[in-house]
This record gives sequence, C-alpha cells and structure tokens, in this order.
Amino acid sequence: MLVFLLRRLAQSVFVLIAMMIVVFFGVYMIGNPVDILISPDATPLEVEETMARFGFDQPVHIQFLKFIGNALQGDLGRSFVHGEPAVQLILSYMPATLELALLGLIFSVMIGVPLGVYAGYKADRWQGRAIMTGSIFGFSLPNFWVGMLLILIFAVELRWLPSTGRGETVEVLGMRLSIFSADGLQYMILPALTLALYKASLVTRLARAGTQEALMQDYVKFARAKGLSETRILVVHVLKNIMIPIITVLGLELGSMIAFAVVTETVFAWPGMGKLLIDSITTLDRPVIVAYLMLTVIIFIIINFTVDVIYTLLDPRVRVRGEAT
Amino acid sequence: MSAVETTPPPVDLGKRWRITSRMAGVAVAASLSMLLSGVGLPPLVSRIILLVGLIVLAAALLKGKYRKFFSGPSAYVATASLLLLVVLAIFATELSPQNPYDLRQLDIMDGRLPPGSTTFDGSMTFHLGTDEQGRDILSGILYGLRVSLSVSIAATLAAMAIGVVVGIYSAWAGGRIETILMRIVDFQLSFPSILVALMLMAAFGRGLDKIVIALIIVQWAYYARTVRGTALSETRKEYIDAARGLGLPDWRIVFGHLLPNCIPPLIVISTVQVANTIVLESSLSFLGVGVPITQPSLGLLIANGYGYMLSGQYWMSMYPGVALLAIVASINMVGDRLRDTLNPRLTR
Repeated sequence: MLVFLLRRLAQSVFVLIAMMIVVFFGVYMIGNPVDILISPDATPLEVEETMARFGFDQPVHIQFLKFIGNALQGDLGRSFVHGEPAVQLILSYMPATLELALLGLIFSVMIGVPLGVYAGYKADRWQGRAIMTGSIFGFSLPNFWVGMLLILIFAVELRWLPSTGRGETVEVLGMRLSIFSADGLQYMILPALTLALYKASLVTRLARAGTQEALMQDYVKFARAKGLSETRILVVHVLKNIMIPIITVLGLELGSMIAFAVVTETVFAWPGMGKLLIDSITTLDRPVIVAYLMLTVIIFIIINFTVDVIYTLLDPRVRVRGEAT
Repeated sequence: MSAVETTPPPVDLGKRWRITSRMAGVAVAASLSMLLSGVGLPPLVSRIILLVGLIVLAAALLKGKYRKFFSGPSAYVATASLLLLVVLAIFATELSPQNPYDLRQLDIMDGRLPPGSTTFDGSMTFHLGTDEQGRDILSGILYGLRVSLSVSIAATLAAMAIGVVVGIYSAWAGGRIETILMRIVDFQLSFPSILVALMLMAAFGRGLDKIVIALIIVQWAYYARTVRGTALSETRKEYIDAARGLGLPDWRIVFGHLLPNCIPPLIVISTVQVANTIVLESSLSFLGVGVPITQPSLGLLIANGYGYMLSGQYWMSMYPGVALLAIVASINMVGDRLRDTLNPRLTR
C-alpha cells in the first residue's frame, strides 16, 4: 500500500515538473512583453533597462533555471501589469471563482436531481424522454451562449437581475465573498446558473440511472407494500440511496468547474481567476499566465491523486493491478 | 458474409457502392484541395463536386439502413437542417448578399442597423441587420459557418487519424510501448479540454492553422483510447487468428483486417465530436484566443456583437448564436441517429 502511494506521489511530482517545463517554454514563446510594458517611443537605452530589470536579456535556459529556483520557493514572478507577486494576485482572485463554482455545484444538484429522479420514474413516458433530450442540449450548448441568453432575458429584457460584475462583498476570514450578501448573491445567480447547466445535465443522467436501478430494489417494493405514497418513496427512500454516487462524481468535477469558469467569468465580467487569465493573455502578462497554469495543474494533480488514493482504499482490485505493473 | 461470422462485419458495401464511395472520396479530396489552393476548376464547380461527393459518402454510410435511420420526425428535421447548413457553408461566397471582408463593399454609414434595414441608397436589404462596421450579419454568418465547420472537421479528422495510429499501434505492440502511450493519454485526459486548448492558444497566438493544431492536440488522446479498446477486443477475434494462420505479414493484418474493423464505431464518435469541437472552437474564439479577426468563426462574431447586446442591439450576436446552436444541435441529433443505426451496442 505504502509502495503504491509513494509511486503515485512520485508520478505526480514527475507530472508537475514536466508541466513546469512545458508551461514555461510555451509561455516564453508568446510575443515580447517589453513592447507592451514601455511606450513605443522609448529610447533604446530605456528598452534595455527594462529588459534587464525583468531579466529578459538573459538566455532562455538561464531564465528557466531562475524560474525553477524561485518556483520552488513559491515565487512564480511578479505580474508585469499589476506589479504584485503573481501567486498572491491569483490567490486574491481565487475566492470569487471558488464561490461561483460552489454555487454552481449547488445549482446543478438542485436542478439535476429532481429532473433526473422524475425522468427515472417516468423513464418510458414522454416526460422522461423529454428530460433526456433536454439534457443532450445541456451537454452541447456552448457555455458562453447560455450566459448571453440569460443576460438577454433576465438582465436586458426583464431587468430582474444584474448582468455583469460582482456586487457587494462581505469580508469573511480575510476573503471578500459575495455569497453572504443579498446584493452579491443577486449578481451570482446568472453566472452560477450558466456554470451549472453542463453539470446539471450530467447529474440528471446520473440521477435517472440511479433511480431506475433503485426502483427495482426490494426496499422500494417493501415501501410500496407498506402503502407509502410514491412521492414519499422517491423523496425519502430513493433519493437517499442515489445521492452518494452523485456527490462523488460532483466532487471530481469541481476541477473542471474551475476550468469552465474561464468562459463564464468572461461573459459576466466576474472578477475571478479565469477572467484574470484571459486578461493576462491579452496583455501578455507572462508571470500571471504561468502562475495560473501551474496553480491549476497543482489543483488537478491534487484532485487526481486524492481520487486515486480513495479508490485504492475502497477497491482492492485497483491496488492489486497497480502493484502488478 | 459467412455463416460463422461472430461479429458485425466491416462496412460491406458491395462492389458497385465500394467503387462509387471511393470515387466520391477522391472527388471530395480533389475538390477540397482545389478550393484551398485556388487552382484547377472554377470554385463553383469544385464546390458542387464537393457537395455531391459528401452526399454520396453519406448515402454509402447509410446504405440499406435508411429506414432505420429515418425512424422518426426528428431524424428528418435534423438531416434536413444539417444539409441546409452544409450547403450554406459550402456556397457561402455565392449565396451571401455581400462579401463581408471586402472593404470596398462596406460602408461605415450602414453600421449597427437593425434587421430589415436597407443601405443608404436602398440597393440592398440587411435581413439580419449589420455590425458596427456596416457588415451584413447574414453574410457574416454564412462565412463564419464555413470557418467553424472547416476548422472543426479538419481538426477532428486529423485527431482521428493520429488517434487511430497511436491506438492500433499500442494495442498491437503491447508491452512497454503500450504502457507509455496510454500513460500519456491518461495524463492528457485528466485535464479538461478547454483548459488545455486555452493553454495552447495562449502559447501559439491566434490563427486558423494554430487553432486546428490546438484542437488536434486536445482530441487525439480521446480517439487513441477508444481505438485501443476496440483494437484490443478485435485482435482477440477469430478472423485475426485466421489471418495469422494464413501467414500474412503484420502490416497486412493491421491495415487489411484490423483497421477496417476499428473504424465503424469511430464514425459515430467523430460525428458527435465535430459538434463538440465546434463548441470548443467557438468558446476559444469568443475568449479572443481563437480564429484571427480577418476570418471570424461564429464564436468570434458572437464576441464582436456581445458588447452591443446590453444596449439592446441584440442582432449582432443573437443571430450568429442561433446559427451556432442550429449546427451543433443538428450534428448532435444526426450523430444520435447514426449511433442507433450503425452501432446499437454503443450506448452512452
């Protein structure tokens, strides 16, 4: 067991190093940031000075070694545009993304579970089919397009909800969050709904499959024999049993939620990590791009590692196969 | 078809259809290369050949299964709308009322007109309005449809080719090579495709060729995994043993027997995958890291009009969005029918 964990950990570290190399050299290829940092009519001397200040005058491999050295100390460089350390900058934008992703998860359960249970209950009727067809749309609709449509309907036409921005924030544990103020929550509804749509279709499918399976079980037959109402059977007995796999899958999907947030945040001008990334790409703010990618890679490696470990603990077959190779 | 066949045989068309479909394939390839290089037959003729070739190929794919494919009204609607959109994309140059990228045809005075307005001198009606530079939205959509479709189809085909090579090779070679290749595949699939694509486009910069490359890199692993699975189960079947028993060389077994049997499930997957690629491409273009401004896809058109939407000038991004929705939905629905028709075992 320990050997497996150690090997898995070594793999993760290897992946991290590989990603560092790929990301650094990838980002290094993007344009010349000096063109953006200083005015076009700067003297050659000023250009040279700026180059030296940011270390651009050195050869690539020296820059890379410096980058690795600093990265090991948790320093991924300073943002050219904001002048702050990149990691700190991203961490300050992170709460906004996380609260959005969290509300998105909650929405996707709130929408997906009832629809899925109903579709499973009426699997062969038109209601069930309609819900399943709808979930195909949820899978295939582009995220930004859904967001735009929601803005058009609820913000421009009906004027029920604000369209873009973050609204009033409340300071909780040193982080500025919108989720705890009524005004901020209003701003979150549309982006969170947009983000939730894809996951909601996933949850719908999971819940439908789970419900269909659960309805054939003996405990449902017993509950029916006791004369319980169908609603009670579905809400109390079936729901309890299908929630565990759904929550597991959603936990795994948190990472991809953060990735999809890039699009949603851009549509709604939500000041999170994703918007920061897109802004940094347009302004060629290399350290921020590198730091964002590295942080995301780390998040994903942690998620994958945790999942693997949990699976290994739960399912001995994985462990045996892992040791055999 | 022999009586002891245990698996569905490779697409068996019969001699006439085999020849016809090969000719259609050659015609499609030839007309495409003539269109891209700009030499040879006039573009209109090449486009007609392209369309006919594609229809023949689709007919060959469904040969003998039309009834099963068209088993409901939604199949007719989806096929008709997909056909319409493909025709619009192929003949965008001929059909659009204006060449939106020819600056001589644009007049900034016609900018941001609502749908149904006419030009200042009344010579042309903008049925879907104009954008901020006086471009006809309808023409922009037709051109954008072409960009979106061709980028996605090119990327999907190339990714499929790479995936097939890697998948079959690793299934055939086995051992260490297989382990290494599949580790790479696993590694790549553990990151969401939008993130990887974004990362690549950040490094490459905008460009049609660049987005195609990025979309290939994002997708190949998915095909490699699928093909490997199919190839592994196929290599265990009798016909491969029979071919081995005949003493055929490896390359003939792989190309002549294994490969044709791994393709049918891929046709279904790749259809749906084209739709996913269109969505991914349009998302990237919407974020401003996709296609260049000079050749906007539907996603970029939507992004361009997005800024005006809050002021109620909805048509600039609304109609390209409807076109995007139509193409994605019809491809998905056709793909769904194809899955039921060609490969009933494969259910998601």
